[in-house]
Parts: sequence; C-alpha cells; structure tokens
Amino acid sequence: MTAFEDHRLAIIGAGVMGTNISALALGHGVSVVLVDVDETVLETARQTIKQKLRHAQLMGVLPADRPQGTLTTSVSLDDIADATTVVEAVTEVDKVKQEVLSAASRVVSPGTTLISNTSCIPINEMADWIVRPEDLVGVHFMNPSYMIKMVEVIRGPRTEPAVLEQAVELLTVLGRESLVIDDSAGFVINRLLHPLINTAAMLVQEGVASVEVVDGLLEGCLGHSTGPLRTGDLIGLENLVDSLNVLYERRGDESCRPCDLLLEKVRDGHLGRKTGRGFYDYGKVAS
Amino acid sequence: MTVHGDNTPLTAETLQKEILGFLTERIKTDVELDQDLFASGVVSSMFAMQLVVHLEEAYDIAIVGADLKLDNFRTVVGMSSLVLRLKGDTEAAGNA
Repeated sequence: MTAFEDHRLAIIGAGVMGTNISALALGHGVSVVLVDVDETVLETARQTIKQKLRHAQLMGVLPADRPQGTLTTSVSLDDIADATTVVEAVTEVDKVKQEVLSAASRVVSPGTTLISNTSCIPINEMADWIVRPEDLVGVHFMNPSYMIKMVEVIRGPRTEPAVLEQAVELLTVLGRESLVIDDSAGFVINRLLHPLINTAAMLVQEGVASVEVVDGLLEGCLGHSTGPLRTGDLIGLENLVDSLNVLYERRGDESCRPCDLLLEKVRDGHLGRKTGRGFYDYGKVAS
Repeated sequence: MTVHGDNTPLTAETLQKEILGFLTERIKTDVELDQDLFASGVVSSMFAMQLVVHLEEAYDIAIVGADLKLDNFRTVVGMSSLVLRLKGDTEAAGNA
C-alpha cells in the first residue's frame, strides 16, 4: 500500500458528496484541494467538513496514527494541477459534468487519475468529454463516506488497468473496500436503489402507506438499515431527481420517471437532511 | 439556544430530565435513563452528532478531544455526567 503522504487529492464540487469525500480523505491524512465556483459555498463547506470530521471522530472511524490532512479551498480550477488524483463531484447533469471534466482534464498532467463520483451517467459517455479517456474511472462513494466502508468502482470500457489500480490503491489508503463492476447507466447500486426510492415515494403519494410505514416495512421486514425515503433524504431529493432523469432518459424505465411527490418536494425546497426537511423533519441541520 | 435557565442550579436530575425531554421530542420514543440508545437502535449514528451539537449549544460547552467519543453519549446518565463535568471545568477555568 502507498503511504498516505504520497496522495494529493483535488475534489471538484463542494456539495454533499464533495464535503463527504473531503472529510474522508482529510481524516485519513490525505490533503485536499476543494474547488467550487462559489466562495459562499466553500465557506459553508469548510464548516460542514469540520462537523463531518467531528462526527467521524465521535464514531471512532478515523485512524488514530495519522495527522489530519490539510484542506485548501479554491474557486480556481488551476489549483488542481498538482493533484495525484482528481475527484469530480458536481451535480448529476450532463452539461455541468461535461464542462467540469473537460476543463479538469486539460489542467492536470498525464497519469493523473480522474475519478467521477457519478451517480448514474455511464463512464464511457463521460470519457468522450476528456483529453485522455483512459484516465477516467468511476467511484461511487456512499454517504456518509467516512462511515460506509464499501465503495462501488466502475471500470469504463476504455479505463486503463493501471488507472483502475491507482484508484483502488487510493481507496485502500482511505480505508475503503472496493467492489469493481463494468459500466452501465446507474451502475449496480443506483439502478436498484433509485427506482426503489421513487416507488416508495409513489406509495406515499397514492396514500397506500405513510412515510414512516413504508420505511418501517423495509427496515423491519427486509432488514434495510435505513428505509428508502430516509435514504432519499440523505442523498438529497434534487440530486435524486437528477439521477432518476439520467436513468429514465437512458433506460426508458417508467419506475425511473420522478414521481409528482418527489418533484413537489424539490419545488418547495424540501431537499432532505441538508435543508432540515424532506420526507422527514430533521429540525436543525447538524451533520 | 439555551434551554437551561442561568439561575437554576444544574444538577444531574435536572439535566437528565432536560435531555430526556429533547430525546422524546426528537425521536418520539420514551427511553430509560440508563438505556444504551445506540445498541437498542432507538437512535442512528447520524443522530449522534445532533446530540453533541445540542448539548454544546444548550449548555454552552465544547465537547472536543478525548471527550468526543460515542461512549459518552450512549445513555442519558452518561450525557448528563459529561455535561456536569464540562460545566465544572468551565466554571473552574472562569474562576481561575
């Protein structure tokens, strides 16, 4: 295993997953340059990351023998130039990802691993947008990234084996376990999970069962540790809708067409945990 | 937010009552004073951080370093002991 000091991570996008992955890396001694277009977002992100690191310490999931990495935030993509690995964690919208990945691939040197934390867009589609398609690999981090050990790693048809190896190596340094799969819209987890959450919301919309009962059945009868609607709140309902749209456009599966209740919550700004309210009310947002 | 009046003496009993009140309101379940909230599954690991932030804000304390560990938040009794100890430390520092 490479030493944690050998890695310099650049993360693009300071939202839910960007801050999660930053906290995971910093807590494992890896320094991070976090880039976003908005200084206000970065200011909030610094506080969020601090809280996530406290949460990770509270839960005892960080190695005790490593000093915390250094966090640098920036609104300039040029600051990713020295990174050994770049993680793209921006909104799940083709145009946004294309713009960011294309620009990032022009800034870094050949041999820099490019990771997309895409939820649903196939790696091979995104590989068309970058200078060296073979440098791109998908890594689907979970939320909270520092609590969940397993990650879904996606090998695109053009991903260089050495790039895949480097990504898995980094994940090992970050204390994660990788399960590698081939490319497909939604990959394994979200192709299964997103229609499930959408259908759970439809059941509530139709009045078949309440939010608590739908989650209670999946938790109590099927042993899910977190029910689908609470999971949706954790993902962020606007992100969920974006991902469902990606799946629906590519697969035409009706269970992936975002239901009215989901769209209504997004319209009303009830996006889940991060806004304090989604399917559930969280009171003051704490982590 | 401060839920505890400044003039009322802070005792283990009042603290436990206040923490129980917060828990009942947030998780809609009655819990025992010595019940392990995490082992019994009544609260999640995500809620643990909300407990930390609530105690810090309600009692004007900072829970840091070695104190920031899950064992301190497992039971209502454990949380009230932590708050009393940290309040005592704060007052001692303030009187120094």
